Parts: sequence; structure tokens; C-alpha cells
Amino acid sequence: MTALDDQPWDLVIVGGGNAALCAAIEAAEAGLKPLILEAAPKPYRGGNSRHTRNFRCMHRGPLSVLTGAYEEDEYFDDLIRVTKGETDEGLARMTIRTSEECLPWMEAHGIAFQPSLSGTLSLSRTNAFFLGGGKALVNAYYNTAHDLGVTTAYEAEVTQIHVTGPRFEGVTAKIAGQETRIEGRGLILASGGFQADLDWLARAWGPAARNFLIRGTPYNRGVPLKQMLDHGADSVGDPTQCHAVAIDGRAAKFDGGIVTRLDCVPFSIVVNRNGDRFYDEGEDVWPKRYAIWGRLVAAQPEQVAYSIIDAKSRDLFMPSVYPPVEADTLDGLAQKLGLPGTKLRETVEAFNAACRDGDFHPTELDGLSTEGLTPPKTNWARPITEPPFYGYSLRPGVTFTYLGLKVDETARVAGPAGRFDNIWAAGEIMAGSILGQGYLAGFGMTIGTVFGRIAGQEAAAHV
Amino acid sequence: MFDRIEDEAPTLTATDEARRQVEICNACRYCEGYCAVFPSAFSQRAFSDGDITQLASLCHNCRGCYYACQYTEPHEFALNLPRALAEVRVESWDRFAWPGGFARLFQRSGGALALMLVLGIAALFWALTALAPASGEGFYAYLSHAAMVAIFAPPFLLPLAAIAIGLRRYWAEVGGQRIRWPHLKAAFADAATMRNLSGGAAEGCNFEKGDRYSQARRHAHQAVFWGFLLCFAATSSGTVLHYVFDMPAPYGLFSLPKLLGLPGGLLLTVGAIGLIALKFKADTHLGAPEVWGGEVAFVALLGLTGLTGLLLYFATGTALVAPLLALHLGTVLAFFLTTPYSKMVHGFYRMAALIRDAQRKQG
Repeated sequence: MTALDDQPWDLVIVGGGNAALCAAIEAAEAGLKPLILEAAPKPYRGGNSRHTRNFRCMHRGPLSVLTGAYEEDEYFDDLIRVTKGETDEGLARMTIRTSEECLPWMEAHGIAFQPSLSGTLSLSRTNAFFLGGGKALVNAYYNTAHDLGVTTAYEAEVTQIHVTGPRFEGVTAKIAGQETRIEGRGLILASGGFQADLDWLARAWGPAARNFLIRGTPYNRGVPLKQMLDHGADSVGDPTQCHAVAIDGRAAKFDGGIVTRLDCVPFSIVVNRNGDRFYDEGEDVWPKRYAIWGRLVAAQPEQVAYSIIDAKSRDLFMPSVYPPVEADTLDGLAQKLGLPGTKLRETVEAFNAACRDGDFHPTELDGLSTEGLTPPKTNWARPITEPPFYGYSLRPGVTFTYLGLKVDETARVAGPAGRFDNIWAAGEIMAGSILGQGYLAGFGMTIGTVFGRIAGQEAAAHV
Repeated sequence: MFDRIEDEAPTLTATDEARRQVEICNACRYCEGYCAVFPSAFSQRAFSDGDITQLASLCHNCRGCYYACQYTEPHEFALNLPRALAEVRVESWDRFAWPGGFARLFQRSGGALALMLVLGIAALFWALTALAPASGEGFYAYLSHAAMVAIFAPPFLLPLAAIAIGLRRYWAEVGGQRIRWPHLKAAFADAATMRNLSGGAAEGCNFEKGDRYSQARRHAHQAVFWGFLLCFAATSSGTVLHYVFDMPAPYGLFSLPKLLGLPGGLLLTVGAIGLIALKFKADTHLGAPEVWGGEVAFVALLGLTGLTGLLLYFATGTALVAPLLALHLGTVLAFFLTTPYSKMVHGFYRMAALIRDAQRKQG
């Protein structure tokens, strides 16, 4: 990559994931020469988009791989349910409505969809799955963008954004170790949240956040977000909060991705490192509870918990990427997991004694509840008696942070004196405007696609 | 406190390495839409050696899953499923081949295949000289029908017997059941359309243009596949005409052997050239690199059977017929003799794998 600093670029795009690519493609199709500054090296390009797998899409009738209809009001109700009202209704409804035209646009720009993945059939109406997942989507968009003349610099970490009054002038980026100043006539920020900056996370959430695992890219350190906030940009979203789910505690610190999920909790008892249970493991089906468990585990000592099952439950959930810790006795299992053995045995015995007879149905709420136990287990409560016993460690896995830049319907970033002249934002960095709390499967990609495209079109119209 | 997979990483066999990778795939499942390998893998929780052999034989090395994978190097999981399964296939063909040893040689060594070709052609030149008939028409002026049958029947039938032994071994290893018509129907439909090279919802595979999809390999392979079948049908029709209808060669342009053989030879030649060109463009590290040379030599040998046949046809009536006849028949001889031990054998194991997969799906 040479001569990046030779020219004022029509458009500098910070970030290299879905939103950045949609913006680059739109801008290039409108005749601009965009430059993408992607902080990751090429094999890890694409930010958290490489970990995604589907796109939540409104549709008034069958559309591509999507069955039936999923209308605006139902979609919006789903969003309200997870965000508990923490959303900008105007932006949210615009995003939802625009998603319908995005799916054919995606197909026209190289994205291949497939029917719903096994185990996710409940999403076949609402979510279109990318063939091969998010990395295949990212690859397809890079090919499309490069064919349109978009330039990409990898390992290009933006360290400063230069703004004079309401105008963006240029950025300073460390590209392959070299500080370079790059001038541009417009800026699109699509650089994600700050969840990979553990210091920031610890300042925001508390020191316990250092024990969290980061499910996605290690390159979302929030530097462009911080720069813009320092320039007085308006922020949205709770600065202290992140979305975290319970994942395999043995996963790598960063980038473990989808395979670190653990689906064993509803069929287990979960204890903390003292051997105590702390929440109803059978409250609801796992897809509706895995996010809550991220928070629950985060509140336990050292931010770790252990899910214990016996041989009866071994094959009831999706296989884990790391095999469970296995022992023929509870004492042996406690020893291997580093748990107090006597305490674990007492907890299991108390749980077993509270189980009652009844029909067990792993795929539905079966009402097989404990009696007289605190906290109760309200479904799938079967005594843990049949060796071998298995244990999985659980830790909070951070998916994204909520703090972001406030934008309007044209994706323009708001500053101290109204909108910036030539700065737009798309994707996770502005998602807090719409998704103030919780998460709705496939909605991150919807926000990224809708706002990425708008940002690209708007930049083309204004620079 | 925690057992990490990479802490216990001894040198793995091809099957163990593929098992390690497939188990990671089974926790991810993003690739489910690409080909038959994934639904087959995801229907299981644990993978025996036979399961891995079956998955490897289903894989057509389209490489879609490699480019879509979040866990390829430099990620610590270091997934490269197309290569892992290719290595298992190579090993399994070594293991199933009868007699053992030949497959090790002809799969890996392009030189060995070339030597067989030279020997085949030499044998035919010798035959043309030593067994020159007193009279005859067309080719039979150079080598009598009886001599051709005597030369070709054993190298055709013996390899078939060797392949049958290999297939029995395969079927036992993958736990195949009794084959019924619906299994065959499904498997032949998959093979005829090369569904597993279609890329699922995408446009083809990721063979020669990195992460871009391309139909080139599927089209080239289809040309070779149908070209080969047409040539085979041409020869078979000649045999039927000869024995059943008492119509010996030579045949005119509007006869079955020629109507089938000419397009067959063209397709076979063009397809083989295409496949070889693609092999030179493709990344060797997404397949089994140690058999790259053997595979290229095999495709060249197969293409040469078509090309020499065409040349022979166009040389009709010239002085070149005798040497071209030796060239063509010698190429065919070398091809038949090495069939159970060269890449050609993949067709048989793939069919078996597709039949086995149809059994899995149909229950």
C-alpha cells in the first residue's frame, strides 16, 4: 500500500466491517474514491461482522430465503421487548423499513444467503442467514468494493481525527507501524465499540471487567469513538454498559467467536467458585436466557461459574468446542474444577433432594421444578446422580458496548454546534441510538447495513 | 486449572487431525449450507475413524468453507478443513487399494504415471509390429480385433476387480448398509450435477480465485466427466455393434461410436486442459500437496486418452495411423492399469460416499 497520503481522499472510512463496506460500496457506486482504514491485518479484517451469521429483515411477503411475512410493527415490538423502550422510535422504524430493500441489495452485491441453520429454525421467518457466515459476507463485500475501485489499508489504526469546527480535515493513522497523516473530504466512522480496550471497560464497568472474555475482534478499542467524544460529539447509550453472554470459560481472551457458546445451563445446576447455586437455571429456554447469564456470572466471585451435569444430560445440547471436564465422582469433578468438594456435594445433594418425579421434555418448558429449594430450578430439574459427571466453566463473554455517537436519519454525527459538516457514522459505533439495551439476533447487521448504505450515499451527496 | 486443547497437541494422524477440526466445526456450523460434508457431520456428536473417512470422501475440495472460516490460521484453532479431508482421502485410498502399495506410488508420483504411459505405448508399438495381421480394415489392418481384445480385456477387468475390493473395504469402514434404489437415485443425481461443487447458494467454488466464487472447476470437471462417459459409451457401442450386430469397425461419421466418441474426445481433452490450468492457479496448501504432481499427471493422462483418440480419427487414411494407434491404445492401457491406484479412483469412492450419505438422509 503506497501513497495513501498523496492525495486528499474523497472519503476516509474508519473500520473494515459490514457498515464500513456497505458505505464504501455505496460511495464508490456514486463515483467517489473511498479509502478504508482497517485496523486489523487482512486475515482478521471485518471487525465483529466476521463473527455474525444473519440479518434481521422486515418483509411483507416471502423474500429470498425468508418465509412468510415479518412486518414493521411486529419487528418494532420485538425490538421494544429487548430494549425495554431504550430506542429512538423514529430511527428504529426507519431502520426496520429500510431493511426490506437491503436484502436484495446485499444479494446484488455478492452476498449469498441460505436457509436457516439447524438449531435456529425459529429464525427462518425473521432472519436471513449468510452462506458460510459473516466472514463470507465480509469477503464478498471486499471483492465488490475493490472491483469498484475502493482502496483498503490493513493494519491501519487511526490514532487521531482532525476536526476544525464542524469540519473533518483528516486523520492520523499508524499504518504497519508508521504514523501517516491522511487528508479527506469526508469521514465515515464505522469502527465499532470499545469492548476490546479492557482498561476502558474496567473504568466503565468496574475492575471485574478485566476477567471478562471478549467474544469478538481485539481491534475494537474505541479510539475513533473517544476522539469524537473529545471533539464534543453527542453520545448515546449507557457508557457503563456492555452486552455480555455466558460462554465457555476456557475460551481465548479475544476472538473465540461462536464456538465458545455453551448450551448446557438449562440441563445443569450452576455453582459459583464457592460451590453455591445463585440463580434459576431452568427459568426459560437458553436462547432467551444466555444474555442474562452473562450478567449473573459477572456478579459472581472472580466472574466465573461452573455448570454441572451428569451422564443423562450429556447429549441434550449442541456439542461444545472444548470437551467438558469429566469425573466418575462429584468429589473428583470438584477437584478437577478447583471447587470445594464437600460444598459441591452438599449443593448437589440438596438439589437432588428437591427434585420431584415428572415428565422431562428437553425441548420445551416442562415445568419439572424443584420443591423447597432456594433459588429454585423451575424447569428440567432432574437429580444429578448418574456418573460420569461433567463440568463446564462459564465466564461473561462481551459482545459489544452501548456507548456510541448520536446520529440523525442521514447518519450524520451531531456535534457541539449542530451536525458536523462531513462526518457520518454507521454500525456498532452508533447502534446505541436504536439498541439502547439488550440485543435482538441479527439486528446489529441490520443497523450496520442500513446506516452504512445511508452514510455512503450521504457522503457522496455532500463531499 | 483449565485444560486447553493446544496444551496437548502431539503429532496427529490425518484422521485425528481431521477429527480435531470437524469437532470444532460441529460447535460452529456456519458452513452448513456449502455441501454434504456439513449436514452429515452435524448429524453426529462423536466421530469414529470411519465417520471421518466418509466425511473426507464427501468433500469435493471446493474450499468454500476454508475462506468462510473464522478459525483459519493465524487463529489458534488453525482450521484448514479442505486440506485435512484431502489428506484423509489420500491415506484412505492407500489403505483400501488392492494390492497395497500401488496407490502410494501412483497417487503421489507423476513420474510413475508417465513411466506407465511410456511402457503402455511401447507395449502397443511392439504389439503392432509383432502381431501385425495379414489383412484387415481400418485399425484392424494394424492390429486384429482378437489381438486388441486379448490385450485390453485383462487390464480392463483386473482393475475393476481391484476397485471392487477397495470399495468393499470402504463400505465396511464407513458402516454402509444394504443399498437400495432410492439411495442410488439420490447419489447419481448429486454426481451428475456435481451438486457438491455448486457452492450451495453461492456461484460455484473457491478453487482458483481465492475467496471469489467461480464455476470454472465445476464446468471443467463436468466436461471431463461427461466426455469420459461419452468415450466409454462410444467404445461400448462399438463392442455391441461388433458382437451383436456383426458390424465391425471402421465406422462412418454418422455411426454411434463416432457420434459419441467425437464430442466425448473433445470434451475430455478440453476439460482436462482446464482442470490442469486450474490446478496451477489454485493454492496447493488447501489440498494434499504431496499428491499434487500425481493428480496433475493423472488428469494429463486422462486428457491424453481423449486427445490421442481425436488425432487418430483425424489421421484416418494417412501414414500416421499406425503410430497414433499405438499412442492412443498405449495411453488407454496405462490409464486402465493405473485406475485403481490413481486419482481416477476418487470417482468410485465419491459415488460410494454419496450413496452412504443418501442412506443417512433417508434413514
